Amino acid sequence: MSELTLTVMRLGFLAVLWLFVIVAVQVIRSDLFGTRVTQRGSRRGGEARPQARQQAAPAPRQQSGGGGRQRRGAPSKLVVSEGTLTGTTVALQGQTISLGRAHDSTIVLDDDYASSRHARIYPDRDGQWIVEDLGSTNGTYLDRTRLTTPTPVPLGAPIRIGKTVIELRK
Amino acid sequence: MSSTTHTSTIGAIGAPSRRNTELALLVFAVAIPCFAYANVGLAMTGEMPTGMLGYGLGLGLLAAVGHLVVRKFAPYADPLLLPLATLLNGLGLVVIWRLDQSQRLQQRAENLFGSFSPDAPKQLMFSAVGIALFVAVLILLKDHRILQRYTYISMAVALVLLILPMFFPAVNGAKIWISLGPFSIQPGEFAKIIIAIFFSGYLMVKRDALALASRRFMGIYLPRGRDLGPIITIWAMSLLILVFETDLGTSLLFFGMFVVMLYVATERTSWIVFGLLMSAVGAVGVATFESHVQQRVDAWLHPFSDTVMQQSDQVAQSLMAFGSGGVLGTGLGQGNSDLIGFAANSDFILATFGEELGLAGMMAFLLIYGLIVERGVRTALAARDPFGKLLAVGLSGAFAIQVFVVCGGVMGLIPLTGMTLPFVAQGGSSVIANWALIAILIRISDTARRPAPAPAPNPDAEMTQVVRP
Repeated sequence: MSELTLTVMRLGFLAVLWLFVIVAVQVIRSDLFGTRVTQRGSRRGGEARPQARQQAAPAPRQQSGGGGRQRRGAPSKLVVSEGTLTGTTVALQGQTISLGRAHDSTIVLDDDYASSRHARIYPDRDGQWIVEDLGSTNGTYLDRTRLTTPTPVPLGAPIRIGKTVIELRK
Repeated sequence: MSSTTHTSTIGAIGAPSRRNTELALLVFAVAIPCFAYANVGLAMTGEMPTGMLGYGLGLGLLAAVGHLVVRKFAPYADPLLLPLATLLNGLGLVVIWRLDQSQRLQQRAENLFGSFSPDAPKQLMFSAVGIALFVAVLILLKDHRILQRYTYISMAVALVLLILPMFFPAVNGAKIWISLGPFSIQPGEFAKIIIAIFFSGYLMVKRDALALASRRFMGIYLPRGRDLGPIITIWAMSLLILVFETDLGTSLLFFGMFVVMLYVATERTSWIVFGLLMSAVGAVGVATFESHVQQRVDAWLHPFSDTVMQQSDQVAQSLMAFGSGGVLGTGLGQGNSDLIGFAANSDFILATFGEELGLAGMMAFLLIYGLIVERGVRTALAARDPFGKLLAVGLSGAFAIQVFVVCGGVMGLIPLTGMTLPFVAQGGSSVIANWALIAILIRISDTARRPAPAPAPNPDAEMTQVVRP
């Protein structure tokens, strides 16, 4: 193999290696600027969207009410949809989910209005999910009503704890 | 029906998943080692190497399997981690194969053991096992928070893994191996991941006590005496490893990792000051009476002295290799790094890179490691749960410390240790464990980058809509 070919290959390899690094850095750069700002501010602007969802949302609720508690209608995950933990999901596998500021809670709330053991969400014997307030200071709200007794949670109904909103989703 | 459309709208809102970017980078990352392979073959024998097709297809297949599993099971994961790891693994395979071709090393192996067996096929097999573990972790570990349940179990497992090698005979002066029949495993590599799980589970619960209960003195926060307990325990443990297993690398790795995670968990600089002081005291203390460590320190301070050269000229040869590489290197397959002899393709593999790719290649190479660490820390920043944050920092910190300890040792910056360069050095445990590490990072980054679900319908918005006709 001639000396010239080898020199070209040697420099070419270094160039390719550096090219890879530069491409990788470009990907990081596009990653920094390419993400969307969180949708928290779109409450006012995106009125069309919540409206559409409200039309869609009651349907499964009726379905789960009329069709009993079949596997199909059962929620499979719990989603934090507002507050500092937005986007956190927990898979529902029949375990009790505790909410609060205590470190051993399933969802550790970082919310000034939450108590250390604030509420828990658990399945009853039929597999219906129940939310219960554990004597919190500021209360737990299902939709707009403050909870006083353990209450079944319909699919998609917002559970409010301070600034945090939690929903059950399919 | 309507509920399914409901969920599908959520998916559409989010940021792009970047899987196609990953695929493009992966193709690039497989092509570069193939180029290197051809380059080595042309330089050493003057013709295209015969194993070219098999090697390229093998690496490509591994990368493809990895990519498809990520696409299916972690669709929002970071697009860079997998290609970067694949590139390092591929380059490692090429250089191990290149050292297999060396007449000098073949002769040496025949003189010492009576036969020579190439390491590259074994390494390709280990990479396949590594990818299999990567796939298994991604499929089985649906959510990294599950690991939090095993905080104290993982502590016990990690302790067992760290203590076990003490009962096995030393290999080349360091007791970091356990041998089970034909296999020998380096448990420290796996313990690294498991202990990161313990540290993050533990620090997540205890960090408030460690951060808040402190007094301010001379501009830094001094922790209370009893809060020093955990750091002293880990320090004592890593000193025990240093004394009984005579392995500076593992010991530095665990202590360094704990200090990094302690700092991240508490945001107190004083822990770093304490950590540095304690490791300096420990290292100097042990080095004064432990003969094996003393030898390593001697070889580090005076690599060219007669006494050191008589024992082993590895460090000297390695430094010469870096030097003869210069800025642009001698070209793949054209260096003399095989003069290092023993461990040329494991602990000292970096010297081959340094000689044959030169400073320019070395920089790119270290940058690739840097990028992996950066993506790990980035994942930690993006993660929403404290456990995931700490775990991602711990794993990428361990990765960074390991690369530093190995590169520093080979380049003569710090005393040489028995650690392996992640993904590149020959050795099964290292490749397999590091693929698992990348899998956990990908799992965390998938959770972290998954787009936030759509906001809940706001009851206040309903009210305004009623008012507005």
